Amino acid sequence: MPASGRRRRGSLTPVLWVPAGLALALLGLPLLAVVMRAPWGQLPELLAQPSVSAALRLSLITAVESTIISMVLGIPLALVLARSERWPALARRLLRALVTVPLVLPPVVGGVALLLLLGRHGLLGQFLPFQIPFSTAAVVIAQTFVAMPFLVLAVEGAIRASDRRFEVAAATLGASRLTIFYRITLPLIAPGVSAGALLCFCRALGEFGATITFAGSFPGVTQTLPIATYLQLQSTNPESAYALSLVLMAVSVIVLASLRDRWVPGVTA
Amino acid sequence: MSLVARLEVTRGAFELQLDLAVRPGRTLAFLGPNGAGKSTALGALAGEIDSRGSIELNSRRLDEVPIEARRIGYLFQDYLLFPHLTVLENVAFGPRSVGVRAAAARREAGQWLERFAISELAARRPGQLSGGQAQQVALARALAASPELLLLDEPLAALDVEVRAEVRAELAHHLSDWGGLAIVVTHSFDDVAGLAADVVVVEQGRATQSGTVRDLVRQPATPYISRLVAAYGED
Amino acid sequence: MRRALAAAAVVGMLLAGCSAQSPAPASTVGAPADTLRGTVTVAAAASLTETFTAIAAAFSRDHPNVRVVFNFGGSSGLAAQIVQGAPVDVFAAASSGTMKTVSDASRTDGNPTDFVTNTLEIAVPPTNPGAVTGLTDFARPQLAIALCAAAVPCGTAAARVFAAAGVVPSVDSYEQDVKGVLTKVELGEIDAGLVYKTDVIAAGSRVKGIEFPEASTAVGSYPIALLRASANKDAARAFIDFVLSPRGFKILTDAGFGAP
Repeated sequence: MPASGRRRRGSLTPVLWVPAGLALALLGLPLLAVVMRAPWGQLPELLAQPSVSAALRLSLITAVESTIISMVLGIPLALVLARSERWPALARRLLRALVTVPLVLPPVVGGVALLLLLGRHGLLGQFLPFQIPFSTAAVVIAQTFVAMPFLVLAVEGAIRASDRRFEVAAATLGASRLTIFYRITLPLIAPGVSAGALLCFCRALGEFGATITFAGSFPGVTQTLPIATYLQLQSTNPESAYALSLVLMAVSVIVLASLRDRWVPGVTA
Repeated sequence: MSLVARLEVTRGAFELQLDLAVRPGRTLAFLGPNGAGKSTALGALAGEIDSRGSIELNSRRLDEVPIEARRIGYLFQDYLLFPHLTVLENVAFGPRSVGVRAAAARREAGQWLERFAISELAARRPGQLSGGQAQQVALARALAASPELLLLDEPLAALDVEVRAEVRAELAHHLSDWGGLAIVVTHSFDDVAGLAADVVVVEQGRATQSGTVRDLVRQPATPYISRLVAAYGED
Repeated sequence: MRRALAAAAVVGMLLAGCSAQSPAPASTVGAPADTLRGTVTVAAAASLTETFTAIAAAFSRDHPNVRVVFNFGGSSGLAAQIVQGAPVDVFAAASSGTMKTVSDASRTDGNPTDFVTNTLEIAVPPTNPGAVTGLTDFARPQLAIALCAAAVPCGTAAARVFAAAGVVPSVDSYEQDVKGVLTKVELGEIDAGLVYKTDVIAAGSRVKGIEFPEASTAVGSYPIALLRASANKDAARAFIDFVLSPRGFKILTDAGFGAP
């Protein structure tokens, strides 16, 4: 029964190919249009501009940093969320809403919110001996604010789907809670963590609104690739914006294609 | 080596109340129909389920310490081998968890696999094992953590009927080799007869009869027990 | 002096308005019945949102059968939409450069007309914590400074005034538009920024504006044009005329715009 059932589920009815094809067209064709429109001839020259390589380097570094911070802070948060069954329903719902809000908030509003908290006159910022806005740290904070929910939700889903009894089994073998966390819980949810980390990284890489609002835009310090791209688009010569978009697209495709394939099957095998 | 316990668990409308006394070196069976509270009793002993009352193992109060400090081995119905670890790593997990260094823990695990004559499985993942093999690995893993009490929850239920007798004999052999205190939960009289010396029959959260296997056969106290005894030996 | 200029402009505008109206169908002359109807779609720079909305309300009182629909946004984005064939009747841009991309693509009907200008002003938080008095203060590294990025018109204008003043600003952030600068001033995150005079007036008491002499070197013109693709050219022309009329001009100057 399982074999035949699986086969029936695996083969797709042709009716679904139509919406699936439309979906693919909607997602893929605009990217194709950018690829077609890109000034391939001037590409090396456009990308060799120091401002471009500075923006690319800044983007990669900050996106990696915010992904790491999101993992260190977000995985425990996901664990708390997934294990909150015994909490009062209202507290649980509020917590979940809180984690989801940055996903639906316009990023610019997120940036203003960060300013109101960490800015010079912010709720916390006024007590800080140093200034956060206009620094690379602010870029990382803005990206983490916007991208971490992707990781948290992906990891929480993975935790909910995983069998908690493995943890009981580990405890009967004498493992402490910390040992259980990093030798059992974490490896078992690794596919969810890697998927969440990738989403998080790509979201951080593409972050624009919260970053420019909270961190500003200064070449080499806070001007990430999406900001540089947007500014180029505003200029009378949008060619270099297309070129920069190509770079962003290429980076995310390379990251998604390579990392995902390397991480996930290794764990599920 | 002895266990004296009084378990009291309330779960909704269901109430479990069980007094236990397991004599040194013996294997006790919890026998009863589904939903009678056998697995709940095991969970309470292991610390997975909250229980009032008291649990005393070798004069040590267990109900006051968390699962990881109880030193109770647990053989789960579906074995729960860690899917991301090899057989050897699974067996080495217990020693590693109590601070044995990696190399020493692997050596120790290797010895357990040798004792169980399954050394050739060392590098496999749980997904590549048959049901009987998985059960042996799970038992080796539980015993490698040097428990003072071993709990076995329906250890043969996940196996195909054809291999049960053979695996049961193997399990009995390992249990007697080990020689520690064990409790087996089952709803099969074959398992009771093949594995345990003493029996507690649990029905609807209460012990309805306790004694040796022979006591049950001679004088079944409830209709459920008589039916089980009557069916025994037929298959 | 400033007022005199404005007055002269109004007179000029009146004349322009008359001449623009003269080719209208002879039947309307002397006939009070308003023949204009339908919808006029106007794509306008975001900085015109309040003023153009007010102008449209006044215009609709004169022409109750005409509905004015707006698409406010960044000038360059709007220009791109129009070049790509968006169905728009009138385009009002915040810079001649963006209007040029539309007229170069032969999307305009006739020459664009400059209808107002906007000049830069220094914006500081109400308490002026950096004690800013002029452009020279922008060179003080201890102050937090924000300007528009060079790619957008207000950034180009900023570069021009600093060149004229011979000041090299110590910038902390190049923002994507004026609103980006303004938000940071309002929140007190920066000590000074360059925005348009109209933005300072619109922000009311949340920011303080400081005029500076070099602003005259970078006066930005706002051109307006009828588009070739318009399906309702009479009404569209009437709207443009209304913008250029004294009533339209007053609404614009009240908001801080200057004469072209």
